[in-house]
Amino acid sequence: MKVIRSMVLVSVDQASLERGAEEVFHTFLDEIDEFGLSDQIAVATIRDVGFRDDIPLVIVYPDAAVYGPVKPEDVHTIVEEHLHKGNIVPHLLAMMHELAPEIAWMRSRKGALPVQKRIVLERAGIVDPESLEDYVLYDGFQALGKALTQLTPAEVIAEVEKSGLQGRGGAGFPTGRKWSFVASTPGNPKYVICNADESEPGTFKDRLILEGDPFSIVEAMTIAGYAIGAHEGYIYIRGEYPLAYRRIENALRQAEAHGLLGDHIFGTDYSFYIHPHAGAGAYICGEETALIESLEGKRGIPRARPPYPTTYGLFGKPTVVNNVETLANVPPILRNGAAWYRDVGLPKSTGTKVYTILGCVNFTGLIEVPMGITLREVIDIYGKGMKDGKKLKLVQTGGSSGTIVPASLQDTPMDFDSFRNAGVSLGSGALLVCGEDTCVVDLAKVILRFFRNECCGKCTPCRIGTLRLYEIMSQISEGKASLSDLEVMQKISEAMSEVSNCGLGQTASTALRDILKYFREEVEAHITDHVCPVGVCPIAGHSPELILVQQPLHAG
Amino acid sequence: MDPEVKELDIASLVNKAIAEHGATREAVIPILSEINRALGYIPAAALPEIRRHIHVPEEGVFLADSHLYSAASFYQLFSLRPLGRHVIRFCESAPCHVMGGRQVIQALQDELRLEPGETGEDRKWSLLMTSCLGVCGVGPVFLVDDDIYGNATPEQVAEILARYE
Repeated sequence: MKVIRSMVLVSVDQASLERGAEEVFHTFLDEIDEFGLSDQIAVATIRDVGFRDDIPLVIVYPDAAVYGPVKPEDVHTIVEEHLHKGNIVPHLLAMMHELAPEIAWMRSRKGALPVQKRIVLERAGIVDPESLEDYVLYDGFQALGKALTQLTPAEVIAEVEKSGLQGRGGAGFPTGRKWSFVASTPGNPKYVICNADESEPGTFKDRLILEGDPFSIVEAMTIAGYAIGAHEGYIYIRGEYPLAYRRIENALRQAEAHGLLGDHIFGTDYSFYIHPHAGAGAYICGEETALIESLEGKRGIPRARPPYPTTYGLFGKPTVVNNVETLANVPPILRNGAAWYRDVGLPKSTGTKVYTILGCVNFTGLIEVPMGITLREVIDIYGKGMKDGKKLKLVQTGGSSGTIVPASLQDTPMDFDSFRNAGVSLGSGALLVCGEDTCVVDLAKVILRFFRNECCGKCTPCRIGTLRLYEIMSQISEGKASLSDLEVMQKISEAMSEVSNCGLGQTASTALRDILKYFREEVEAHITDHVCPVGVCPIAGHSPELILVQQPLHAG
Repeated sequence: MDPEVKELDIASLVNKAIAEHGATREAVIPILSEINRALGYIPAAALPEIRRHIHVPEEGVFLADSHLYSAASFYQLFSLRPLGRHVIRFCESAPCHVMGGRQVIQALQDELRLEPGETGEDRKWSLLMTSCLGVCGVGPVFLVDDDIYGNATPEQVAEILARYE
């Protein structure tokens, strides 16, 4: 008798067929036969799996495990491990990158990916981001209801402090402490600002939170407002994110219409209003005081600090500025309690972190994992390994202002503490993976050009430093520099990080500093031997191969 | 996008933007955005027009044309001169660069015969460079007007450009 206990679906859309779906399908039939499972397992095809690049896709029900891309040689393992023994094969699972509708599968196969744990992105891709009903159905506004009806503002702050939540914008400042500063600072009115000016190259986590779960930010900002005693909030969304802006506008409208925002929220005495604001394109506006200046209608130029925004913020009033991802953590913390949150991640770096994986890996995209995962794990499990089997050379963590981690340090756990000790920044969560064909001089040049363009021009070390560093690096890439230029760069870089007015100038040369530390020989090769060992830089009159034969170089 | 925008048009645009965003100092950037979106750039004549609405010394609100110029000239999405009918914004940040952005921008330059930052004489195209657009999962990326092209290759460039009149 045939009792089908499991079903295997193989994607056979045009793109999958081009990548060998038919052979995968037949191999499944053969392998299942080999294991004597033909009476228990049905194999079928599925035509439409949406636009993805990890095809052919294989979906196994009832577990709803999604494997991809599946090659014929993977089929044996899936049949033996999953269908025969009943264990999902983690390393063959498809990476649920980008927030395609298919991500809804995630919920039904909870635990299939052992490491990924979703708090911030729990609802993204599952709910309709334009539907308040959907949000409420998935525990939405419970945290706000609890805060307003059961907790005092001080208790809300205490809970956030106890959770150990640290700011996810880059600096890692404890969120609860920031709130309590503003709550205890005299001054009226007070403001809550959500910093959604996500401009760090390689970072798009905030965009996906805003686009995928906009109501959570509305709820979180209202909770923050209640905690610090504010009645008005601003959400500053970068101009390059029009969809995020529309979704937030819609969320604000719906929340207001249902009494979850505006006057007398939940029928209590508390009122809170949120104004959306679209930026107009400036990296520096991610810096909180520049953002405040910009909100006031001026050039986005950072203020001198202190006074910090907690005492002198928007319109000179005490202001909390929180990153999108930070805020997205707040409702789950209040709903489930600080103790629950502390169980995720590490004792000193609690919770999860959202990363974007980019560059030379097989799968690029977004993941949310507990604090403490290593780069090697991220590349192997979620990036599905290096693209085209290339060797890992370096990873830039935290965007263009972030540090360069050479392949030798890829086993350092990624959390605020370990990274700080290793001199690495977690920053915005961008992980730019570079293979052996990346030239560090070329990379440094692009990064320095970015800062030259984005420098606001207010303070001298940054205005002149970013320009000079870019000029020198360009000369190195053309083989026209001298070794003494490296000393000049070192000096400029030190001066910039010590005396620049804001984080932009202080971190603009982080990557350069690390490149000179870990890859100095490769930089010197451009200068002394007039050769780009990787063959990327345009050094005139020299053929890289020719010189390499005479004088092997050991870069890195 | 006509460089000869009539004064009357500017005045009515400013009026409309102020009606929507308010005549306050903090509405300056939304107002400028509105004008930039409508005309493709911010004409110099718009600045005194905006100032007239917001600058009310009797109420202690001071705003000079230079304040407006300083804001209008600071942000990358604003342009102070007319651009082409179609504007390409090419991401020149590191993630797109290491994914092969160099070859794509070269192909764009060859195809359009424009250097970065230039607008063609026929005013059909402007080729602008931009910092990260936040779609790095599919780099290299460039925008043509509001359309995003990801995973771009040099071979696709001619075909993409041909879609625009």
